[in-house]
Amino acid sequence: MELLEFARGPALAFSVAVFALGLAWRLWRIFRRPARADYSLPRPGAGGGGLQAIFRKMLPPRGVKVRGASMANAYAYHLALAVVVFAFAPHIAFVERYTGLAWPALPDAVTYLASAVAIVGLVFALLARLTDGVLRLLSRFDDYFSWAVTMAPLLTGMALLPMPAQPVPLAIHLISLELLLVWLPFGKLSHAALVFVSRWRTGADFARKGAAP
Amino acid sequence: MNELDFDSPRFTIRKPEVRFDAQGSASDEERAAAAVQAFTRDMTRTAATYMESCIRCGHCAEACHFYMASGDPQYTPIWKLEPFRKAYHGKKVTAAELRQWQELLYDSCTMCGRCTLACPMGIDIAGLVAQARHGMFAAGLVPHELHAVAERAEREGSPLGATPKVLKERIEWLCDEHEVDIVLDRPQADIVVTLSSIEIMKYPGSLVALAKILNRLGASWTIRSDGYEATNFGLFSGNLDWQRDMSLRVIDAAVAAGAKTLVLPECGHAYGAMRWQGANMYGKPLPFRVLHISEFLAEAVREGRLKLSPMQGSVTFHDPCQVSRRGGATSAPREVLDSLHADLREMPPSGDANWCCGGGGGVVTLHRADAHRYRAFEIKMKQVEASGASRMATSCSNCRLTFDDGQAHYQWDRKMESLLELVAEHLQ
Repeated sequence: MELLEFARGPALAFSVAVFALGLAWRLWRIFRRPARADYSLPRPGAGGGGLQAIFRKMLPPRGVKVRGASMANAYAYHLALAVVVFAFAPHIAFVERYTGLAWPALPDAVTYLASAVAIVGLVFALLARLTDGVLRLLSRFDDYFSWAVTMAPLLTGMALLPMPAQPVPLAIHLISLELLLVWLPFGKLSHAALVFVSRWRTGADFARKGAAP
Repeated sequence: MNELDFDSPRFTIRKPEVRFDAQGSASDEERAAAAVQAFTRDMTRTAATYMESCIRCGHCAEACHFYMASGDPQYTPIWKLEPFRKAYHGKKVTAAELRQWQELLYDSCTMCGRCTLACPMGIDIAGLVAQARHGMFAAGLVPHELHAVAERAEREGSPLGATPKVLKERIEWLCDEHEVDIVLDRPQADIVVTLSSIEIMKYPGSLVALAKILNRLGASWTIRSDGYEATNFGLFSGNLDWQRDMSLRVIDAAVAAGAKTLVLPECGHAYGAMRWQGANMYGKPLPFRVLHISEFLAEAVREGRLKLSPMQGSVTFHDPCQVSRRGGATSAPREVLDSLHADLREMPPSGDANWCCGGGGGVVTLHRADAHRYRAFEIKMKQVEASGASRMATSCSNCRLTFDDGQAHYQWDRKMESLLELVAEHLQ
């Protein structure tokens, strides 16, 4: 079996299965636990706090100064990653091949720029993690490995740009994506899904009290 | 042993000559096992959500006054939960670690919740610290002073010696001195009023103010000697049984009086303990509504039942964290100040993002925490000065006590005032 065939076939199927089952397992770890009843009288109009918090927490907290450069960088590379993953024409074609779903792509130049922003942003994030006292204290293997598996598809993808039809570099790019999919549920990258759960929980609890989450 | 100290601006026990920051005679293995068992009991769906969600971004650090006052990464709020996190993931937690974390969980966290506001994942770090304290209490690893006052509160009904006998004497004295009617132990009343020991022992003017306002409103009200203490050191220390006992004393007294409304005093954590946790201690919805005194006053002015004359000078308001940020009653004191036609100068930042005074969560009781707490208080002083206001007010006697202590320490020419007393002084 050619490497590309392997990457497009069994490796892709395996990584998608691990991704889906892994995320389900991660959520099961949370939802299998008991929820405590809250008998306190909620404030009027307490509903909808969970959904509001999901969106509200996308913005910087009002009145609380956090690491400005770090936060700006996080916005930049998250947005750039979204553009690269979902708005690059070959990526849309890849999804369409397996699901039949397609949507308009952004011009290649925009996605190239987004790739550069994402790479620079991730490098900046790694440097911050290696040099900042708070981040060094908090960091574990997960932080560095998650960084590496996020950076790998970006780099292999950028390397592919001058030679998009070459099977081996394309296979390596695909395998790096598959590594990301396999790791995502088990490390901090799972925040892509858990962010909705945790923000919802706090938003709902705090809305009951009429407090800002 | 553990004599109370009423001579300094901050009320707690006298500085212990020999500290006992561990209770009981359990072995280290037994302490660690007890802590892990308590941590595990608290691993609800909510706690698990938070334990799974941290991305270790460190944004919580700069939201914490204790981190900002020291610059030491160990005071990063989420790091204070490391033993709890390890227990969640089934890793070994040792008594040595718990001893090390005692300072992080008790001395340098007021559970003010500013970190929760900063967390992009929405992790309620302050709520988790309260849960982690359950494990610390189970391990018998509570700081000396906090355990002493909490144990006193459980045994005597008050952390500061404001026993029913002392309360009765105080009320008799206040009634004579100020010619005001305070009815203790009325069998039936629409409103049952609760107090903070700090008010009873240090700020008795608050009781007089409360009585003047309630009498002016023509309210059917009383203070019950079987359930008057609103502070809850069971909550602070991490003893859930004591927390329940302390809550049930007040709830049972209010139920016995047939109260429609339970009014909580100028005390921050009393609000969280009763308004948001009281029913859960009771095991069912409370048969009366619970209002912080600032909410009670705001309701009275909103309904036109309380008319106030304008106050002089500009004022800034210090939000008690448990009432505003974590309690949702941020607008109530501002409604009251508006009815006083106050020239309100908000601190930068104010309201939900306000900086904590540093004394909550039992921190102000701990002598060994003083140096760090004073440094954290400097943030508060700067905030007040930046507001440009000539006066400052709050609606928490523990914040007020912390301000008095900070004022004395820094010889700061400021005096924290009580919103309740301001209202009483401006009754029309």
